[in-house]
Amino acid sequence: MVMLATLFALGEQTGHEVAQLSDGGVLAQWAWLIPVVPLVLMFAIVFFGKRLPMKGWELAEGAMLFVAVYGVALFAMNANEGINYEGSIEIARIGSFTLEWGWVVDGLSIMMYAVVGVVGLAVFTYAKGYMKGDIRYTWFFAAFTMFAGAMLVLVSAPNLIQLIVGWELVGLASYLLIGHYWEDHANNAAATKAFLVNKIADVGLFVGVIIIGVTVGSFRFTDILNAVADGDSALAQVAFWGGLALFIGAMGKSAQFPFHVWLPDAMAGPTPVSSLMHAATMVTAGVYLVGRMFPLYQTDGFAIDVKAIMIVVGALTLFLTGLIALVQDDIKKVLAYSTLSQLGYMTVAMGAGAYTAGLFHLFTHAFFKGLLFLAAGSVIHAVHSNNMSDMGGLRKFMPWTYRTFLIGSLALAGIFPLAGFWSKDEILASLSFDSSHDGGTLAMVVLVVAIAGAFITAFYMARAVYLTFFGEYKGHGHPHESPRVMTYPLIGLGVLSIVAGFANIPGVFTGFTQWLAARPQVMGDHHAEAINFALAGIGLAVALLGIAAGTRLWKRDAATQQARDTFRIPVLYPVLANKYYIDDLYMKGVVGPIKGPIARFTNWTNTYVIDSVVNAFGAVSVFLSRIVYQGMDQRGIDLAINAVGSATGEAGDALRYTTSGKIQEYAAALFAGAVLLVVGFLILT
Amino acid sequence: MDWFENGWGLSLIVFLPLVGATLVLLLPRKQERVAKVTALFFAFASFAAAVYAAVTFDLDSSASFQFGTDQSWIAAIGSRFHIGIDGISLPLLVLSTLITLLCIVYSWNHWPEPHNPKGFLVLMLVLATGMNGTFVALDLVLFFIFFELVLLPMYFMIGIWGDRTKIRLPGFKREVETRLYASIKFFLFTLFGSAFMLLGFLALYFKSDPHTFDMVALAQAGQMGAFAGAFGGWVFAALFVGFAVKVPMWPLHTWLPDAHTAAPTVGSVLLAAILLKLGAYGFIRISLPILPEQAQDWAPAIAILAVIAIIYGSLACLAQTDMKRLIAFSSVGHMGFVMLGIATLTDIGINAAVIGMVAHGLITGLLFFLAGSMQHRYHTREMSRLGGTMKLMPVLGGLLAFTAMASLGLPGLAGFWGEFMALLGSFNPLDGLSLTVFRTAMVVGAVGTVLTAGYLLWMLQKVNLGEPPAEWAGKEWHDADKFELAAWIPLVIAIFAIGVFPKIIFGATDGAVVNLIRSAFGG
Repeated sequence: MVMLATLFALGEQTGHEVAQLSDGGVLAQWAWLIPVVPLVLMFAIVFFGKRLPMKGWELAEGAMLFVAVYGVALFAMNANEGINYEGSIEIARIGSFTLEWGWVVDGLSIMMYAVVGVVGLAVFTYAKGYMKGDIRYTWFFAAFTMFAGAMLVLVSAPNLIQLIVGWELVGLASYLLIGHYWEDHANNAAATKAFLVNKIADVGLFVGVIIIGVTVGSFRFTDILNAVADGDSALAQVAFWGGLALFIGAMGKSAQFPFHVWLPDAMAGPTPVSSLMHAATMVTAGVYLVGRMFPLYQTDGFAIDVKAIMIVVGALTLFLTGLIALVQDDIKKVLAYSTLSQLGYMTVAMGAGAYTAGLFHLFTHAFFKGLLFLAAGSVIHAVHSNNMSDMGGLRKFMPWTYRTFLIGSLALAGIFPLAGFWSKDEILASLSFDSSHDGGTLAMVVLVVAIAGAFITAFYMARAVYLTFFGEYKGHGHPHESPRVMTYPLIGLGVLSIVAGFANIPGVFTGFTQWLAARPQVMGDHHAEAINFALAGIGLAVALLGIAAGTRLWKRDAATQQARDTFRIPVLYPVLANKYYIDDLYMKGVVGPIKGPIARFTNWTNTYVIDSVVNAFGAVSVFLSRIVYQGMDQRGIDLAINAVGSATGEAGDALRYTTSGKIQEYAAALFAGAVLLVVGFLILT
Repeated sequence: MDWFENGWGLSLIVFLPLVGATLVLLLPRKQERVAKVTALFFAFASFAAAVYAAVTFDLDSSASFQFGTDQSWIAAIGSRFHIGIDGISLPLLVLSTLITLLCIVYSWNHWPEPHNPKGFLVLMLVLATGMNGTFVALDLVLFFIFFELVLLPMYFMIGIWGDRTKIRLPGFKREVETRLYASIKFFLFTLFGSAFMLLGFLALYFKSDPHTFDMVALAQAGQMGAFAGAFGGWVFAALFVGFAVKVPMWPLHTWLPDAHTAAPTVGSVLLAAILLKLGAYGFIRISLPILPEQAQDWAPAIAILAVIAIIYGSLACLAQTDMKRLIAFSSVGHMGFVMLGIATLTDIGINAAVIGMVAHGLITGLLFFLAGSMQHRYHTREMSRLGGTMKLMPVLGGLLAFTAMASLGLPGLAGFWGEFMALLGSFNPLDGLSLTVFRTAMVVGAVGTVLTAGYLLWMLQKVNLGEPPAEWAGKEWHDADKFELAAWIPLVIAIFAIGVFPKIIFGATDGAVVNLIRSAFGG
């Protein structure tokens, strides 16, 4: 603390020099293996998994072990010398555009490789125990490996096209995993919802990629960001719309308001899926994309105005979804809403121009949220219910699960010195800095919202801890601690949840800041040069206050705990329990009408409008030809008039003609007409 | 192999199926096995020759016509036997021969009522000649003959082997069998279009100096401005009707859902995979190079019709209860992306159109195969009665899931490139085209991808997932048999390969497309 105090200074610095970076040598050149190995092993699991002794799990685990080791090795190397490498092969050339498959090895992607690998390794190990006896055990690990592999395709992308490929494959894998128990249509509905909500946001991604890529003339991040650095005027003109569209895409994957609705429903998947989805893969993709394109949003004259939208969207998400977590009974839903809230923090940080702070929170959050889900899964595994009203008192039965869940909760709540404290404090500091610079009043308001959010976070996590682990056990059977294959990953992630925050202590050790800055462009973000003790104190105080309030409400008395289970506030409670009615609005206001009346009307026009013209055309021509044939040729003009009288009946008969195979007559008539027309046409011209 | 490169190779590809058809026709009706082997042999020979052509095709000069010949044919009207392939026709030709071959493999033990394999095989082989011929013809008369040759076999396929359910049309009292209504509608609709197309061809012939039906010569003349002004406008309109019916473009599409739904499985596959491509190919091969100026006038209208088709087709899909009809309507939307690509008149857009056509051929062909095999087992196509196919027949269900994902444009599979690149092309269409129209089209088309995902996922949910309904309990189910797998696995592999490595297609098309755009539009 003495050392911290001596370094105390209220200085912030904008921008920094691009350090001399290494090309990473052999390790970087072979980094294409990081996405490829999981994808290849995914196919191996599909085709041979069932014949292996551990039914394919060993291949999945092997893939994650490979990624984890490779990722950590790169991480260490990057910490040492700073790596920037980009490799690619051409997969097609179209006109002036080149499509490439490549791999980026720089500070940002290395951080993601390491996080996906390490958290993935823990989750895959744990899943061996959790999924034991599952009806589609092998298939689960195939899809799970694809999930991680797709995320690595996304993270390793050196261009926007490959990013889209990984982006959509992550969506596909999540669809398969959320709907893993597809016998139940509720799960299928959740899977479809996740896919479609993401697909809607992807309209933004597609449009953004097209706007920016076509304008720059290249889809490579380096080319695009260099154009930003050079002040490319063509790009500057469209940068706002392109940046906004990209951010809409990011809002889908990172589940920002109002696209957040898919994430809580995604709990329908097995718990390890939730763990990986909320920690390392999928929801981090949006924040990663903004981080990847950061200079576009941070540079004057480009998409800088999008930042205000970003900060507002993030603030709304962090506050509104945090409140919903207060009224959930399902322990996974509490965690799901807390993820939404934390993603809001990351988006706020990006909106405040704090590249490092946002990604640092992504980094620490990956560990403690992965941990919390795995611990919750351990509880669910023991009591066979997701509901906290069936839990209680588990502290005694499941000591390791309890300890690790507690660590995760404290980290999430932002208690010193756990990981969440440092990253959340960094975000608060960035907001404070932004409010005195570009952000102005807006950033000040958001800072207050973020502090309030910290209180709510601590409050609902205290509630979850007490309802689950304290008081009397209210469920059925005899819960017991999970096997070691499940508790070891918990302990591993628990350790990381404690220490991950030390990667970036302003003024003391700024490793993470430098690691992440190992990129060819200057990010131009600002990050704290020293601890802002005032803000850190406020952040810690509200978190402690939240815990205290939670303790007061839920700890006191085991007997009345169940009655206090729901956090009842008149007016607000129904609103929160119904998730602000947003899901209802989407289903009844958008999806319902499109699937129902609008689709049926479209189909109706096909049969009754367009086709009636077609049928009438046929009927009339048959009718006319009959007049010509019977009337003029057979009986004379007067009978033709009778034919007009019985027009209705004739029209019905028309079909008989059309269906009796008189193709030749039509053909002859049409071609005779064609020749006549040509002759007439030639005379006229 | 000089003889192969001097026109004989392409002639073999085109006419081998016809020879096969003649031989099968001469066989006694009882010799089913011999007929099948004969048909398979000739279809395979045609496919093998196409693959050989693709392998020896000079990719560096994909803009020029290769393997071609130009022989005197009908001297009186100056029509010549002029054939050849460039990078645009090559992928479509290979696709056409492949699909024909796979259809014969699939048919091996799947004969729709009233059976008669001999007749069915003859029609299939004649159809193959028509389709292959359309993609190699470089003379308008030759093109027209092949284009029309396709009609009759398909008419009989639908009319004889088609769906016998009775339907009542709005406004008519009597009921009529679906197959009869659908076949006649298909035939007359297309013939209606063809009449206009023929008009256009004749007008071009008489206007050109010296009179010629040669596409290459006409293109050169057209690019020199020989067909400028109102004359060209009328000709473009006539060709437009002919090709638009075939694509089909909204609102000339209504023959398609009926024909696809009523046709026997193989008929639907051939219709979706190849026949729809003839129209779009006609736009690229004939309309754009010969009438570049009019193409620019019409491009915004085509783009608007294309996005209407995307949205309209997807919405109509959402309302379907019949699985096959849903897949049929999906073609309207997918071909909308192809036409949007063409309308941009850019190298990106037309490359997108060609890869979109190939992908749609593979994917929708496979979807129709699967729908046919499911109907064969369930004896119904009503999705409300289906469910839990993943449980009853995991291979069939898994393939349906895979193909649906490919159809909704999942990156990494073939369908993505056509869709995405078409949108990419419409952001910056050819200079002089309305940016407002095309950029709006881009956003609307992108919204269409959401609807596409919607109806395919809902289809999967209804057909594949959940518990099987009680009515199917206790029955014995036969998952995909070896003939089905033999027909489908090549398609699965191709969908994967093109998705991961699109250069398979772009490598051939790009040179030809860039050259087309440069010579026709100078862009």
